[in-house]
Amino acid sequence: MYPAAFDYTVAESLDHAIDLLQRSGEGAKLLSGGQSLVPLLKLRLVQPAHVIDIGRLPGLSDVLEDEAAGILRIGALATHAQMGVSSVVRDKLALMTEAAGVIGDAQVRGWGTLGGALAEADPAGDWGPVVQALEGRVECTGPAGVRVVDAASFFVDAYTTVLADDEVITEVRVPLPPPGSAGAYLKMERRAGDFAVASVAVQLELDGAGSCTKAGVALGAAGLTPIKVLAAEETLAGQEVTPDVVDAAAGQVVEAANPLADVRGSSDYKRAVCGALFRKAVDIALRRHRGEDVRGGHVR
Amino acid sequence: MSDRVKIGITINGAPHEGEAPARMLLVDYIRDVVGLKGTRYGCDTSNCGSCTIVMDGKSAKSCTFLAVQAHGRELTTIEGLAEGSELHPLQAAFQEAHALQCGFCTSGMVMSAHALLSQNSDPSPDEIREGIIGNLCRCTGYVPVIEAVQLAARRLDPKGGNP
Ligand SMILES: Cc1cc2nc3c(=O)[nH]c(=O)nc-3n(C[C@H](O)[C@H](O)[C@H](O)COP(=O)(O)OP(=O)(O)OC[C@H]3O[C@@H](n4cnc5c(N)ncnc54)[C@H](O)[C@@H]3O)c2cc1C
Ligand code: FES
Ligand code: FES
Repeated sequence: MYPAAFDYTVAESLDHAIDLLQRSGEGAKLLSGGQSLVPLLKLRLVQPAHVIDIGRLPGLSDVLEDEAAGILRIGALATHAQMGVSSVVRDKLALMTEAAGVIGDAQVRGWGTLGGALAEADPAGDWGPVVQALEGRVECTGPAGVRVVDAASFFVDAYTTVLADDEVITEVRVPLPPPGSAGAYLKMERRAGDFAVASVAVQLELDGAGSCTKAGVALGAAGLTPIKVLAAEETLAGQEVTPDVVDAAAGQVVEAANPLADVRGSSDYKRAVCGALFRKAVDIALRRHRGEDVRGGHVR
Repeated sequence: MSDRVKIGITINGAPHEGEAPARMLLVDYIRDVVGLKGTRYGCDTSNCGSCTIVMDGKSAKSCTFLAVQAHGRELTTIEGLAEGSELHPLQAAFQEAHALQCGFCTSGMVMSAHALLSQNSDPSPDEIREGIIGNLCRCTGYVPVIEAVQLAARRLDPKGGNP
């Protein structure tokens, strides 16, 4: 179906985009890769008066290791495919490589962007839980300048974030994990290319003896927003990761999950999937820490 | 600011200048304005991949782009593969391996395979499966498609590792 009519402008610069947003107010929509927006325009679920194309703004798609600051800086326009082939991402943040590889299909991954995916805030989106488990921060730029929001407080509701109408996501900052860290992202799919039934992101900092010093745990498709499971993070941190500790944390994961029943399963089923994926993700992270080459990503 | 926009693309090597409403989809622009009907319009919901083209070297579902998003870019559609009456090795391999039955998915499937082979000249069967996840086929069961892509890969890059 044809989208409803709108005015269209290519933003010449970030300032231009923000200025246009400010002048158009609620009636404007940014366009990055269009892989969420165009389907919604076609269904006329969104009918903006003005579409502002930022998809080709220069300087917003780099993936850079900032060693001085100890973070990975990911431009908002970095595509899923770009994340999937980045060697610094693969070496330091395996769960991001895994998330990049399970989103939709090659066509979507080549054009959809990290910034667009976070702004879209689809409850079943793959980047939300990953960025939360990694304690990432989202840089939002507006008329008053830049503010940086913890991923844990970025999502407000389904398809809703803390972004103001005149703000643009410009960068995602992820702390570079200390040596010995390991993680995994697991997404259960009903069929290839589908959104998640449920997904779990786990990142563990481990010391030489294999004890966990810090843990990041977050769930996707388990509620209206991604869910950072602080209770499970606390249970794992400061402990040797024994079966008892994993059991206790898995219980907390199941408790934190609050999934809606839909075509992908009942809420009880999805809660159970969260628990099972969590156990598997912890197991993969520990095996990776020991140097094993283990596959994560899709669970079908 | 306007709801009609100028669009300049290179399509199958030739420049094309035109104009379209901003809301026009790329698939409609290719089929109805440029007049190339080989790109199929299947599901219209970003799921089937029959509208796949290659844009700036990457596969793209043309039903999931505004035509204006293609402005300034280089597009290849199924019509851009054959040299005169000589089929592209991918097309020939699809024919030989019986990788099409009704043919509705084929132009999109071939374009996804084309993008895949430009990034990975010697894909494993699993990499081919991954590369065509966005393309649905209701007829072949995919096995002949994977064989066709392997066959084409061997012919396009005889030094590749596949036996
Ligand atoms: C067939 C299909 C399958 C998919 N499967 C998955 C999947 O399995 N997992 C998954 O996570 N996603 C999936 N997606 C969604 C995909 O990841 C999108 O690419 C992503 O959600 C949006 O990125 P985009 O750049 O295309 O954003 P756009 O579609 O351009 O924009 C999306 C929204 O974000 C806003 N926006 C865009 N960029 C910014 C910015 N920088 N700052 C502020 N707001 C911005 C737009 O105004 C719009 O509201 C799928 C999409 C399709 C079509
Ligand atoms: S018509 Fe574009 S994906 Fe089906
Ligand atoms: S050949 Fe009929 S859908 Fe693929």
